[in-house]
Amino acid sequence: MARVEVVMPQMGESIAEGTVSRWLKSVGDEVKRDEPILEISTDKVDAEIPSPAEGILAEIRVPEGETVEVQTVIAVLETDKAAPVSAASPPSPPAAEAPPAPPEPAAAPEPVAAAVAPAPPQPAAPKSDGAVQTAEERLRQRSTPLVRKIAAEHHVDIGQVPGTGHAGRVTKKDILAFIESGAPAAAAGPARPAATHPVASAGEIVHPTVGAWEGDRVEPMSKIRKLTADHMIMSRRTSAHVTSFYEIDFTTIAAIRQAKKQEFQDRGAKLTYMAFIVKAVADNLQKHPVVNASVSGDTIIYRKSINIGMAVALDWGLIVPVIRNADELSMLGIAKSIADMADRARSKRLNPDEVQKGTFTITNPGVFGSYIGTPIINQPQVGILGVGAIEKRPKILTLDDGQDVIAIRTMSMFSLSYDHRIVDGADGDRFMADLKRDLESFPEGAL
Amino acid sequence: MAEVTYLEALRQGIWEEMERDDEVFVLGEDVGKYGGAFKVTEGFQGHFGEERVIDTPISEAAIVGAAAGAAHMGMRPVVEMQFMDFIACAYDILTNYVATARYRAGLSTPIVVRGPSGGYVRGGPFHSQNPEAGFLHTPGLKLVCPATVRDAKGLIKAAIRDDDPVIYFEHKYLYRRIKEDLPQDEEIVTPLGKARVANEGADLTIVTWSAMVWKALEAAERIEQEDGATVEVLDLRTLLPMDDEAIVTSVRKTNKVLIAHEDTRTGGVAGEITARINEKAFEWLDGPIMRVTAHDTPVPYAPTLEDYVLPQTDDVLKSARWLLAY
Repeated sequence: MARVEVVMPQMGESIAEGTVSRWLKSVGDEVKRDEPILEISTDKVDAEIPSPAEGILAEIRVPEGETVEVQTVIAVLETDKAAPVSAASPPSPPAAEAPPAPPEPAAAPEPVAAAVAPAPPQPAAPKSDGAVQTAEERLRQRSTPLVRKIAAEHHVDIGQVPGTGHAGRVTKKDILAFIESGAPAAAAGPARPAATHPVASAGEIVHPTVGAWEGDRVEPMSKIRKLTADHMIMSRRTSAHVTSFYEIDFTTIAAIRQAKKQEFQDRGAKLTYMAFIVKAVADNLQKHPVVNASVSGDTIIYRKSINIGMAVALDWGLIVPVIRNADELSMLGIAKSIADMADRARSKRLNPDEVQKGTFTITNPGVFGSYIGTPIINQPQVGILGVGAIEKRPKILTLDDGQDVIAIRTMSMFSLSYDHRIVDGADGDRFMADLKRDLESFPEGAL
Repeated sequence: MAEVTYLEALRQGIWEEMERDDEVFVLGEDVGKYGGAFKVTEGFQGHFGEERVIDTPISEAAIVGAAAGAAHMGMRPVVEMQFMDFIACAYDILTNYVATARYRAGLSTPIVVRGPSGGYVRGGPFHSQNPEAGFLHTPGLKLVCPATVRDAKGLIKAAIRDDDPVIYFEHKYLYRRIKEDLPQDEEIVTPLGKARVANEGADLTIVTWSAMVWKALEAAERIEQEDGATVEVLDLRTLLPMDDEAIVTSVRKTNKVLIAHEDTRTGGVAGEITARINEKAFEWLDGPIMRVTAHDTPVPYAPTLEDYVLPQTDDVLKSARWLLAY
C-alpha cells in the first residue's frame, strides 16, 4: 500500500500557517490527481488545494476551522485502492491514531537520557515576553526531522517541550515523553494559538546607549517615563501602524457650543470640543467594532465595552485616564467625566483602574497648536485618534446654486492611526468618514 | 564443528567451490607453488594441478584480462591480488572492460577478484589500503567485504557462483585473529546484497563493514555497560549491491546513524550511505548522520601514526556518545 501525505502548502513567502476552511472531499472519497480536495485560507490568500496523487482520501487529520503550520500533514491519500481506509475522521485524539511505524522505545524507561545528557531538563516556559524570540527559544525550536514529524503528527509546539539534547535541543525522547505525559492535550486545541503566540506585553525592551558629552546632565528615567518609553517601542514593534487624515468642519459644533456653553456651566460642566468628539467617537466605535478591538495571538477580541482613553499631558509625563462605557453617557456626563479625569490626573488622584481597560484612545496635540500628529497606538488597542488644532481657516464651499466661495470656517485636522493587522484601510476610512459626517452635522438636540 | 580462522574459512570456501565445479580455477602472483603471500591457496596446486592453480606474471591488468577472457568462455576464475592496494593497476580493465562487458556485448563475466585489504598491521601506504570506494562508483561490479569467519566462507562461495564480476575485499587483520566454530557438514553460502545485524540495539545504529564491525561491537558493548544505551551494529557485508532496506529499517528503529569505515573520509562510502538515508529516511532522523573514518592521509608506517590515522574503538565511542546525547 502506498500512502501519500497532503500537507498545508506555503502560499507566500511570509506565510507560516494556514486554516482549513472547507473539506471538499470526505474520507473514503476517490480523488483524481490535481482534483481540489479542500479549501484553505491564509492571511494573504484563499485557495483550493489540489490532490497530489490519485487515490482514496484515507484520513483527514485537520478539521475545518483549524489553523496549522505550513508543511503540517493535513490529510493522507491511499493510492492503493484495495487497502482499507481508516475511519478516523476528523482526527481522533493523537493516542487513537496509528502513526506509521511508531518508534517503539518511547514507552521504555530511559536511563540513557540521564547518563548521556547530564544537564537537567529546563522547563520550557511558554514565551513570557515580547514578540522577539530569545536565542534560547530559537535554539529550542531547532529540531531534527524526526522530532518535527512527531510534533506535527501530535500537534505539539516544540517550543514547549523541555529539551535535554545539545544546547537544550528537543530530542526524540523528550518529545515522546512530553506526549506521553499528556501535555500536548493542553497545548493543542483552541488554546493553542494563545500558547504559541502569547499576548504581547512590554517585555524586555533595550534602549541603545548613547555617550554623554561634557556638561550634559544624565538622569535616570522616572517610572512613568520608562513605562512610556517601553510601551511606545513595544507598540511600534507589535502593530502595523497606518495613519489616515481627515479634515473636519467644526462650524456647526462651534455654534452649538456657543449656544449651550452657559447652560452646561450652570449644570457644573465645561462644554469643550472634546466632549463632542468623544460622543461621536463612542457612537462610531459601536458601528465599527473592528476599531474597538484587540489582537490576541491569532484571534481578534471584539470589545463589548466602549472605554475611551484620553491622553492627558502632565508636567512629569503622559497618562491616559479612561472614560468607561462612554457610549452610555450623555453629553453632560461626557463633559463632566473629561473634566474630572483630567483634573484628577493632574492632581495624581486617579484610581489605578481608571487608567485601565481602554478600548480606544483619543489624543489631542491640537491643544498646543499642532496642525495634526501621527499617534502611536496604545496597546493592546488597535486605534488612536489624533485631534489637531481647532481654529478658523479659509475653506472653499460650494453653494446650493453651484457657486464656489471662500468661507471662514472652524476647521480641524484628524488623524487615525490603526493597526493594519486587523483594521484594513477601508475599515479605518469608513470609521473616519462616519465620524466626520456625524461631527459636521451634529444634531443640536443630542445635547 | 571445528574452530577455524577467517583465512581458513576463505580457503575452505574456494576449495569447496573448486571441488564442486571444474570451471572454477585460481590465478595470481605466487598462488601456486608458494600458496599465496598469505597462504590462502596453500596446497591447492598439489591437489588441483597447475592448470587450475596458475602462477602469473606480475601484471594485475594481465591477470584480470586473462580471467575475463576465460570467464567469457564459461570458466569461473578466482583472481588473487597479492594486496588489494595493487588492484589500482587493474582499474582500467575492471572498470572499462569487465564492468561493461554485459552491457556492451551481452557477455557474462563471472570472475572474482579477491585479496587482502586494510590496515592495523603496520603495513604502510602500499599494503594497508581499503580501495572499495574506488569501485563503488562503477555500475556493473559487485563489492563484498566479509567481517566474520562464517561470512568469509559463505560470501566467497556466493561470489564464485555469481554470474557477474565480484571484487572481494578480505581484511588481512582478521586473517588469523578471529576464529569461529564452523559446521563442516553444512554448506555455507551467504547471499550477496544482504546486510547482517551484528548486534541489536534501540538507540543508535552503526553502519559498518569488514574489520570496523569488530570495533563497532566493542563500542556498542561499552556503551551498553557504561551508558545504558543500546547500539545496533549493522554489518553491510556487501557494498554493491547495497542493502538499503536493512539500513532504512535500522534508521527507522533507532533514528540516529553513525557510519564507520576504515577507508579515508573524503569521497568514502559513508558519503553514499548518508545520501541514501537522506533520500529514504530523512524524516526518521533524530540527529545528523555522523562518520567515523580514517583521516585523509596515506596510511603511515610508524605504529603511533598508524594508530592515529586509522579509526579506533575510542573514536567510534566518542562519536556515538555525542550522537546519543544530541
